[in-house]
Amino acid sequence: MPTTITPTKTEPKPRRQLEDHDHGSGRRPPTDKRTGGGGDNDNWNDRPNGRRGPRERLVRYRMGIFFALASDLMFFVAIVSTFFVSQSTGHFDAYNNYVNEWSPTLIPPILWLNTAVLILSSITMETARRRMFHEVDVMDEWLGLGKPITRAAIPWVAATVVLGIVFLIGQWIAWTQLATQHVFFLSNPSSHFFYLITGVHGIHLILGIFGLAAALVGLYVSRSLETRQIMVDCAAWYWHSMGIFWLFLFTLLVFFQ
Amino acid sequence: MSSSKNSAPRHYLFSTDHRVIGVQYLVLALVSVTIGTLLSLLMRIHLVWPDRIVPFHGPILPEDYLALVTIHGTIMLFFVLTTAPQSGFGNLILPSQIGARRMAFPVANAVSFWLTAAALVILLSSTFVPGGSAISGWTAYPPFSAIASAGPGQGAGMDLWLASIAVFAVAGTISAINTLVTIIKLRCEGMTWDRIPLTVWGWFTAALLSIIAFSVLLAALLLLFCDRHAGTSFFVPTGDLINGVIHAASHPGNGSPLLWLHLFWFFGHPEVYIAILPGLGLTSMLLANFSRRRVFAYRMMIVTTLLIGFLGILLWGHHMFVAGLNPYAASAFAVSTMAIAIPASAKVLSWLVTVWRSRPHYTTAMLFSLGFVSLFITGGLTGPVLAQPILDEYLHNTFFVVAHFHLIMAMAGIFGLFAATYYWFPLMTGRLMSESLGRLHFWTTILGAYATFLPMHLTGLMGEPRHYAQLIGVPNAAGHLLAGTLPLNRFITWSAIFLATAQLLFFANLIHSLRYGKPAPPNPWQATTLEWHPALHPNAPAEASEERIVVYRQPCEYLATAGEELILPQWSTEAIPNIKPE
Ligand SMILES: [Cu+2]
Repeated sequence: MPTTITPTKTEPKPRRQLEDHDHGSGRRPPTDKRTGGGGDNDNWNDRPNGRRGPRERLVRYRMGIFFALASDLMFFVAIVSTFFVSQSTGHFDAYNNYVNEWSPTLIPPILWLNTAVLILSSITMETARRRMFHEVDVMDEWLGLGKPITRAAIPWVAATVVLGIVFLIGQWIAWTQLATQHVFFLSNPSSHFFYLITGVHGIHLILGIFGLAAALVGLYVSRSLETRQIMVDCAAWYWHSMGIFWLFLFTLLVFFQ
Repeated sequence: MSSSKNSAPRHYLFSTDHRVIGVQYLVLALVSVTIGTLLSLLMRIHLVWPDRIVPFHGPILPEDYLALVTIHGTIMLFFVLTTAPQSGFGNLILPSQIGARRMAFPVANAVSFWLTAAALVILLSSTFVPGGSAISGWTAYPPFSAIASAGPGQGAGMDLWLASIAVFAVAGTISAINTLVTIIKLRCEGMTWDRIPLTVWGWFTAALLSIIAFSVLLAALLLLFCDRHAGTSFFVPTGDLINGVIHAASHPGNGSPLLWLHLFWFFGHPEVYIAILPGLGLTSMLLANFSRRRVFAYRMMIVTTLLIGFLGILLWGHHMFVAGLNPYAASAFAVSTMAIAIPASAKVLSWLVTVWRSRPHYTTAMLFSLGFVSLFITGGLTGPVLAQPILDEYLHNTFFVVAHFHLIMAMAGIFGLFAATYYWFPLMTGRLMSESLGRLHFWTTILGAYATFLPMHLTGLMGEPRHYAQLIGVPNAAGHLLAGTLPLNRFITWSAIFLATAQLLFFANLIHSLRYGKPAPPNPWQATTLEWHPALHPNAPAEASEERIVVYRQPCEYLATAGEELILPQWSTEAIPNIKPE
C-alpha cells in the first residue's frame, strides 16, 4: 500500500540564504572569509567561477605536491620495511647452522657533513620561500614598482641549488670511500640497502634540483607573480620533504644497522 | 573555445580538456577489454579442446597458456577495471558532478593518459620479444620472475612487463593526485562534503588508495629489477635451484619470495577496491534515481565507502594464507578480511531498502545497476569463505577463487561500467542508446555471466587447479579427478563464448546509437546530480560557462505528489516542503 505523501507547509528559503551567505545546510555560521578555495565554508558571492580568492591556485598546487609527497613517502616506507625484513632474515647452511649474512655497513663520516649541508639548504630554501610572500614586496610587485620579491628570492634559491649539488657530490665521495674499502653494492645485504637508499634519495634530489632550476628560470621569465610564488613554494615543500626523508634514512643507516 | 585555432590532432589527441581525456581513456579501455576477452576465450577453448590449433600460431604450449593468463589478467585489471571507471568516467563526469568546469591539473591529466597508453603498448610489445611475454601471472611471483634464465617469458618479456606496470603506476599516481585535488578544491558553492554524490566519494576513496598503494608497488618493482639485473637477492632464497642451476653465486644472500608477496599484495588488494569503489558509488546513485527515492542512510554510505577503502589496505595477507604466514598474522588478516563484510553488507542493505517497494523505472542503466547488486552479493558471499585460512588452504589454488573474483571484481566491475555507459551516453553524445537492444544486452550478459562463473565454484570444489593448461593427459588419480570436471568445463567454455558474443549487441548499440540514436532531452533520466545542470552540459552555450553554480541539497531528492513526480536537482532552489505521512 503506497503511503500518501502530502506536502503541507512550504517556506521560501533561498532569499535568506543568499543574504546570510548560508548555503542551506543549516549548520554553518555565516562567514566573511575572503580567501581559500574549497567548497565548504567559503563566501563566493559576487565572485565569478574560477576566481575563488587570491591564493586559490597556490593552495591547489601545494595540495597536489603534498599528495605526491605522501605517495613518495609510501615508496620509502616500502624500502625501509624491506630493510628491516632483510636484516632479520637468515638461512640454514649445509651443516644446519643458522646464518645471517647481514654485516652492517660502516657509514663514511662524510655523511654527517652532507647531512649538515642538506639541513643548511633547507634553511636557504625556506628563506627563499618566505621572501616570496613578503607582504610589502608583494604589494610593490602588484603595483608594478619593480620586482623586489624576485630579486630577494633568486640568491636564496640559487644557494639551495649549489648546496644541493654539494650534497650530491658529498654522497658520491661517500660511495667512492666505501668502494676503496671494497664495500660495493653487491657485497652484502646491508650494502645493497646503503647504496639503494642513498641512490634513490639522490635521484629524488636530482629531480628536486631540476625543480629548483625550473623555479629559477621561472623567476626570470614568468610575468605572473602567482606563478612565481607557486614554483618556489612547491619546489620548497618538495625540497624540505627530501631533507626530512634523508634525516630518517640517515638515522636508519647510522643507528639501525 | 575557438576550434579554428586548434588543429584536429591537437584537439583530439593532445587535448587537456577533461572530457576529451576521459573519452581517450574509455577508448583505450575498450581496445584493452576486447583484447583481454579474446585472450580469455583462447584459454577456455584450449582448456577443453587442447588439440585445437590456433591459426597463425600453432598448438598452444603450456607456457603459451600461462602467457595468456598473465596478459589477460594484467590487461583486464590495469587497463580495463582501473582505467575505465577511475580515469575514464572519472575524467568525463567527476568535474561536472562537483560543479567544477575542469580538473585541477589539466596538463598532468594529459600526461597521465599518455603514460597509460605507453604502458599498454609496452605490455603488448612483450608478445614479440624472444622468450615471449611474461608467464608469471599478474602477480609476477619470484623466484622465477627474479631470474631471467628461469624459463620462457622470464627474460625480456618479464622486463617489459615490469616496465609497463611501473609506467602505469606513475600514471595512476598522477591521475589520483589530480582527482583528489579536484574534489577537495574545485567544488562549487554549497557542495559540502555530505552533499557530494556517492559516485564522487567512490572516486575519492579509490584515489586515496591509489596514492598509498601504487608507490609501494613501484618500490617492489625496483627491488625485483635489482634482483634480475644487479645481482641482488631481495626475493631469491639461498641456494635456489631452478632448471638444474643453483643460483648461489649469482644471487648471494637470503632473499625471500614472501617479501615480494607482502609488497605486491599491499598494492594488489587495494587495487581491486580501486576497481570496484566507483561502481559502488554509481550503483547507489542510479538505484535511487530510477526508484525516485532518496539514498537510504546517505551519510552511512559515505562512511562505509571510506571504511571499505581503509580496511582494504589492511588485509593484503589473505592472499598469503597458502604461501606461508605466521599463524597469528593469518588470524589477524582473517579477522580484518571478514570485517569488510560489515560495510559491504551495509551497502547492500541500503540498496535494497532504497529500491524496496518503490516503482523503479527499469531502464537499461537501472537493470545493469541491479545486476551489479546481484553480482556483488553472489560474488561477495564467497569472500568471507575464502577469508578463513583453513578453507582457503584447500580452495585458494582452485577455480573457486577464480569464480569468486570474476563474479565480484570482473563482472560487477563491468556491470558498473555498462550502467555508466548507458546512463551517461546521452551526456556524451546528445543521443539515447537503444533501450530494447540494451535490455537484450543486459539479459544475455547476466545470463552469460552467471552461466560462466557460477559453475567455476563447482569445478573448484571438485579440485580443478588454477593455471593448468590442460585437463587431459594427467596420469593417475589426479588425472581422473581433472577429467571429471571436463563436462562442466565444456559448459563453462560454451557459456563464455555466449557471453562474449552477447557483447556484440553492445558494440552494435554503441555504433548505431552514435549515429542514429534518439536525440536526448537535456535531462533524460530526471537525474539530480550536477552533470545534468544546463550550464554544465557539454553543449551548453558559451555564455553559460560564466554562470554561477550553487548547490542547495543532497542528490536524489524527490517529491512524490499524487500521480506525478517532482524532481529536486541539487541546483534547484525550491524548498522542501514538510512531508507528513498520513
Ligand atoms: Cu584480496
